[in-house]
Order: sequence, then C-alpha cells, then structure tokens
Amino acid sequence: MSTIAMPEPKRAVLSRKDQIVAALTEALGADCVISAEAETRAYECDGLTAYRCPPMAVVLPYTTEGVAEALKICHRFEVPVIPRGAGTSLAGGALPTADSVVVGTARLNRVLESDTANRVIRVETGVTNLSVTGAVEDEGFFYAPDPSSQLACAIAGNIAMNSGGAHCLKYGVTTNNLLGVRFVTIDGEILEIGGAHMDAPGLDLLGVICGSEGQLGIVTEAVLRILPKPEGARPVLIGFDAPETAGTCVANIIRSGILPVAIEYMDRLCIRATDEFSGAGYPDVEALLIVEVEGSEAEIDDQLARIVEIARALDPVEVRESRSVEEAALIWKGRKAAFGAMGRINDYMCLDGTVPVSALSSVLREIGELSAKHGLECANVFHAGDGNMHPLILFDANQPGDLERAEALGAEILKLCVEAGGCLSGEHGVGIEKRDLMTTQYTGEDMEAQMAVKDCFDPGWLLNPAKVFPLHVSAGRRGA
Amino acid sequence: MTITHAPAGEAEIADCVREAAAAGTPLEIRGGGTRLAIGRPVQTGATLSLAEHRGITLYEPGALTLVAKAGTPMAEIEAALAAEGQQLAFEPMDHRPLLGSEGAPTIGAVVACNISGPRRVQAGACRDSLLGLRFVDGAGTVMKNGGRVMKNVTGYDLCKLLCGAYGTLGVLTEVSLKVLPAPERALTLALRGLGPAAAVEAMAAALGSPYEVSGAAHLTDGAEGAMTLLRIEGFESQVRHRAERLCALLAGRGAVERIEGERHGALWRAVRDVEPFAGDARAVWRLSLRPGDAPAVAARLGDEAGADCLFDWGGGLVWAAVPEAADAHAPALRAAVAATGGHATLVRAPAAVRAAVPVFQPEAARLADLSRALRARFDPAGVLNPGRMAA
Repeated sequence: MSTIAMPEPKRAVLSRKDQIVAALTEALGADCVISAEAETRAYECDGLTAYRCPPMAVVLPYTTEGVAEALKICHRFEVPVIPRGAGTSLAGGALPTADSVVVGTARLNRVLESDTANRVIRVETGVTNLSVTGAVEDEGFFYAPDPSSQLACAIAGNIAMNSGGAHCLKYGVTTNNLLGVRFVTIDGEILEIGGAHMDAPGLDLLGVICGSEGQLGIVTEAVLRILPKPEGARPVLIGFDAPETAGTCVANIIRSGILPVAIEYMDRLCIRATDEFSGAGYPDVEALLIVEVEGSEAEIDDQLARIVEIARALDPVEVRESRSVEEAALIWKGRKAAFGAMGRINDYMCLDGTVPVSALSSVLREIGELSAKHGLECANVFHAGDGNMHPLILFDANQPGDLERAEALGAEILKLCVEAGGCLSGEHGVGIEKRDLMTTQYTGEDMEAQMAVKDCFDPGWLLNPAKVFPLHVSAGRRGA
Repeated sequence: MTITHAPAGEAEIADCVREAAAAGTPLEIRGGGTRLAIGRPVQTGATLSLAEHRGITLYEPGALTLVAKAGTPMAEIEAALAAEGQQLAFEPMDHRPLLGSEGAPTIGAVVACNISGPRRVQAGACRDSLLGLRFVDGAGTVMKNGGRVMKNVTGYDLCKLLCGAYGTLGVLTEVSLKVLPAPERALTLALRGLGPAAAVEAMAAALGSPYEVSGAAHLTDGAEGAMTLLRIEGFESQVRHRAERLCALLAGRGAVERIEGERHGALWRAVRDVEPFAGDARAVWRLSLRPGDAPAVAARLGDEAGADCLFDWGGGLVWAAVPEAADAHAPALRAAVAATGGHATLVRAPAAVRAAVPVFQPEAARLADLSRALRARFDPAGVLNPGRMAA
C-alpha cells in the first residue's frame, strides 16, 4: 500500500543472522540482544506507522562501551545499523530493514552531571527530553527545545533530527543548545566532541553531527545548555476572518521589535475539531493566533499591550487576553490538544515544511487550492513565528488508495514550500518520509557534498543507509 | 608578485577556483583582508578576493532574514539593519584594533571564521544565526546548503561545518542570516574591584537569573581598575525592571554602578574587540572554557606565562596576552587547557610564531583524521587556504 520503497535486504547478511546474533550476545550478554521474531516486532516502526519492517535483531546496551562493541560487530559483519532513541520519529528515521540491527539508547538513561553555575547538563542520550528539564527545574532552569513529543522522545533522537518545538523563535532548536557529545563511530571508536565550552576548536563536527539522522555515528552522551526559567509567561489569543490578515499580523509583531517566545496558528477546520474535543471555547474564526511573551508581570503586560495594539489595527474578530495562570492555560488548552483532537476524528498525515514568514499567507491559500484539487481536507496548525507549517492532511487509512492520495497531496504541498523559498522539513527530519523529495530542494551536487560527509564518517554506508538521500542517489554508495 | 583575482559573480568565482585546482595553484581566500593574520600563514600562488562580489540580495525585516553576497562590507549590512531597527544578534568582533589591520571587514569572512561577540551568551554564535549558504568547493562546483528559513532540518547541516572552516572547505559566495530586533534600551551594571573568581561567580549568578543578561565580561586592568560588566537590553520598561532585580541579586558583592549612553557603547565595543590588548607586541590567545574553570586557568597562565587575562561570556571566553616569545608560551597554554577541557587559539602573533606552533588546538587523532578527510573531499586539489587551520 505504501509508495516509499526500501532496499531489498542483503542475502549475505540474512544468511549470517545466527553468527551475528551470537557475536552480539557474546559481547553484550543475552539481556542486551533481542532476536526472536515475536520480540523484534516491537521495533518494526517508529511514529511513521504506515511503514513497518521488523529488524534482524535489536541491541539495547547499558553503556557507551556496549554501543561501541555492537557497532564493531555490525561493522565487521557489514550489517546495516538503525540507531533508535525512543522511536517517536514522524519521518521514519528509525524504520528498520530486515537485514538490519537496531541499536537503541533506551537503557542509557542517566543524568550524569547537572551544573547550573555553568548552565550545562550532561546526560546519557536515552533520557527523555522532558526529563532533562525535570533534572534542573527545582533549581530554576529548563532545557529549551520542546518538541511536542517531549514526554516520550529521547535526546538521542532530538540530536539526530535536530528537533525543534514551539519556542524556537526565541531559544533556537537542538543544535543551538547542544555543546558536546560522546559519539561512537561505526567501527566502534568512542570520541569526545565539544564539551561545556561554547565553540569548536577546529571544524565544527558537532554542528554536522546534529541533524545527520543517525547516519554518521551514535551519540551516547550529550552536554546541553540549560537556561534560567523566565519569571512568567502569558499568551494572548487573536482571531481573524482571513488567513492573510493573520499572516500580516505575525510579520507586524516581529517587525515591531517584540520577540514573542511563541506564535502559534490554527485554521477553522482545526479550531472546530479541537474545540469540540478540548472545550477551550475558541472563537469560530478563519485564523487564530496564540502569541506568548515572557518576563515579569509588568513586562508581560507591556508587551501584550503592544501586540494587542498591532492586532487591533488589523481589525480582528476577537482579542482574548489572559490575566491569570488559569486564563493562560485555557488559551493553550486547545492548541495543545490539537493533534490529539484531529487524530480522534480522522487519520492524518502531518507535514513539516517551513516557509519564509512573508510567504505564509500565499502558501496557506495555495494549500487550500491543492487540498480542493485532491479532494482531501487539510487542517493547518503550526509555529507561525518561524514559518514552520504543519498541514494535517486528513484521510481514511482503511480506505484503499487514500494513503497514496494523501502522500501525493503532501508531496505537492512540500514542493510548494520549497518553491516559496522554504524547505521540506523544519523539525521532523527527512527520514524516509521526505527522502524522495530531496531533489526538489537540492541539486545532485548539493547532495553529493552532504554524502561526502557521510563517506568520511561511515565509508561503508552501514548507518541508517536508506534514509535522507533518494535511493537512486545513494545506490552506488550502499552497494545496491 | 602575487596575482589577485577579484571576480564579481559566483560563476566567475567558480571558474577561478576550477582553474586554480587544474593548475595546482593554491589560493588565499580574502574578504576585506582584516583577519588574514588569523591562523597559520598560508603559502599561496594567488589571491581570490571576494571584495567585488558584494551586495545585499534580500532583506525581509518582517521575516528577520537577510541574505548577502560574501564580499558585502559589514558596514553596509549594519547600516541596512539599523535603518529597520534590527541587528546581527551575535555581535561580531571587529579584529582591526587587535590585529592592527586595515580594510573593510566583510560578512563572508565573519561567517567563514565564525566570529561572534559578547552577546553569544544570550543569542548564540555566528553559526547559530546562519540559515543558509552558497559556496564553491575546491573543485569549482557551486553548491548550497540550508536556506533562508528559521527552521530547516532538510539534509545535513553543512552550514555549521563551513562556518568556522576559515575557507578551507569552500569559498563562501552568499550567506543567509537570521537577524533580530535591536534593543530599544541598553544598560550595564558594573561591579568594581572583584578578583576573577568573585567576578565569574557574580557573572554566573547574573547569567543564571531570568533577567536575560546579554553580556557578562570582566576587565582586569586598565585605567579604571577591575570592572565586572553585566549588560541588560530590551524595551525601556524591561530594562528598568531587570536592572532593579539584578541589583537586588548582586547585593553583597559591592557597589553597583549603572552605565548608559555613549560610554556604554564604547565599553562593550572595547570588550568585543579586546581593545585592552590592542597596539602592543604581546601574543594574544583566545581560550574557550567552562566558565567556572576560567579563574584557575587565568591564575595558572599568569604564574607560568606572565599572562594578562580578560574575561567575556561569563568566563567562557578568556583572552590572554603573553609576553613575546618564539613559541608564544604555547606549552603553558596547552597544558592549562588540557587540565580543564576547552581549547586555545593563538589569535595574534608574528607569522614566524604562527608557523612554528599550532595556532588551533591540536585535536584527538581520530578527529584530526576526520577533519583531514573532510578537507580532502571538499578540496581535493588542496587549493583553498591550504594549511590555514592545520598543516
């Protein structure tokens, strides 16, 4: 039913399964190796559940040295390796192939050092995103990147995908908050890159490792920047009768010199679905913005007043200010429930294209036209401040052909984002989901330069080999 | 006499690199020429100047984005941003005072050398503001990476790799940057007479507070004696509020002086450009450290190498001036950094010294291998600033 191809498993690898599993078991102990078919099935997919394939084996080491041992063995047997954090990727970044060994960081889950005086924390990468903040919040600090899966997703995956979140406009994404890693190469060498200091001594290898989707090595420890928690934060909700006006409002706020910590956008389809589910009491408008600012009470009041003034000049349908923690929570309630609410009424495919903020209005209009052309509804809920759109294409997974239609519409929307000066993926990563669209954003030469980096780190192309680059582009390197 | 090529277009720049690669003629890549003395001296047969490849190609204040050709002078970029009340958040250092160089610094060189300033502690480094790049690799192929949007995880982030590669992986032709609103008001709280340890503690307290300190530096000598500087920026009301809270937080650390206006700008320019070490003959090192390690490292360097130090980034960045020596006291610097973690770069020294001692921190063997392999892939003929970073 799917339209994204994966390479045929290599027979030479499959035929040596027993040897490979024996070597892994001998090196790591039986409790770290899963090879029974009934059990490997638990690792057959990640958050992109339309694509599934159980791996040959799964390895869950307790230590960095264990990861190194596992990679050495995979390297020796020339087995493809699928690095896996918590398996929440929406892009298929952790999708196995039948001839692969999944190397997971789930058991690397210790906080190693919390140093608030120097504003850094060192963790093993199997810890969840939210638990990093949990480790320092009593001391008044937090870890800024906050993907919506933060309760479940692991730092390992955040680093691999350079994850973002709702508050990137002010605080940046993972790469801006990552100072150092302990990194295992495909041949099992353990490297220390970066540390608690703020820049690289030579070439910025850390910068290219972050976001390389598990194709350069496996990160087992990370030094992360932590930030002091703001004194407070409060949102204002603004409703408009046209998406264009909402787009103008976003640009005007940004131009005014205010840097909100988040600007979120929802369209009518999303508002209706969400409101029914969450009871947040949102106005029934074409476009809704939630703009949040931080600081002391007085600072918040001052900034919100400026924002409201900008909004009022554009003749909004509704402006709803929050005066208390409860009112603030009510404004956020619907937005936070949006994805769950949409999932309740429909299957959906969540896109992740990013466009220049100046192109938001025109892209929204064209998404509407494409959606009508394909006969599939498309709801919009996204981070407007940074142009990171998340169109949700609604379809029925039980309806034969519907997934393919949704994928076709998704591809057109992503091409539209690229044409508007944007990109295929703002925070989810390419994985397999956007792999075959890479040619719309990058030329052969552009991709050649990226693949040259992988050649240097992983000459045999064993790490997550069938991801990121279209199969025909990487074929020669994968020995396909 | 060295030939200088100054092509005006990207295709012409690519032609120039392609021809140099074919002839095996190494190129010195040059913007405004104000930072040529950073790194190991380069033996080249010709110069590739980006000075004619200039101009802002796109500026959207409402999208906080600016795209410019690599040879665009910083002054032109800063003027365009100032006209819209915006700025480059990473506050790039101007190396002319420290290096005694002349010319007009360019945006391409700022990116190629990942040049940041005091606001790095709050707003990130140059690499964090870099959204996209166009560049020519050592074979003369034009490529791009990233784009002009705030969030982009499509493919590998080569921007980070090229930012700070000193032109050794590619000739940058166009850069795309995130810009930010310039603050309406700025104010600095100054503490007097603190030693480095007490200063780093005070800066840690301030940077660990929610009052968004955008600069934390400690000057050790000079006409005014030791001064610990904590900068706050924002709207009028924010600055007022934060200054008040921060003063309360600093209670017990001595009298707090408020610095504003013209003196404020001059003071932070002095920190950014390391002006206290300008105009003398000493060698100058730049150390990147865990902030809390800075006082001990500085004390050790004072004892072992006669170093004077000044501290930025809350102690995370230490500038050390050492008396003239054939090795610029490299063994003492390397040993001090090896003991704590971090790294040291020799930023100012005569060419003979920079040829004799490694300018950049020697890397672990496998990391050096990876860097070498990357350079060999991006510049197979070895014509782009060969040897600038590593022999």
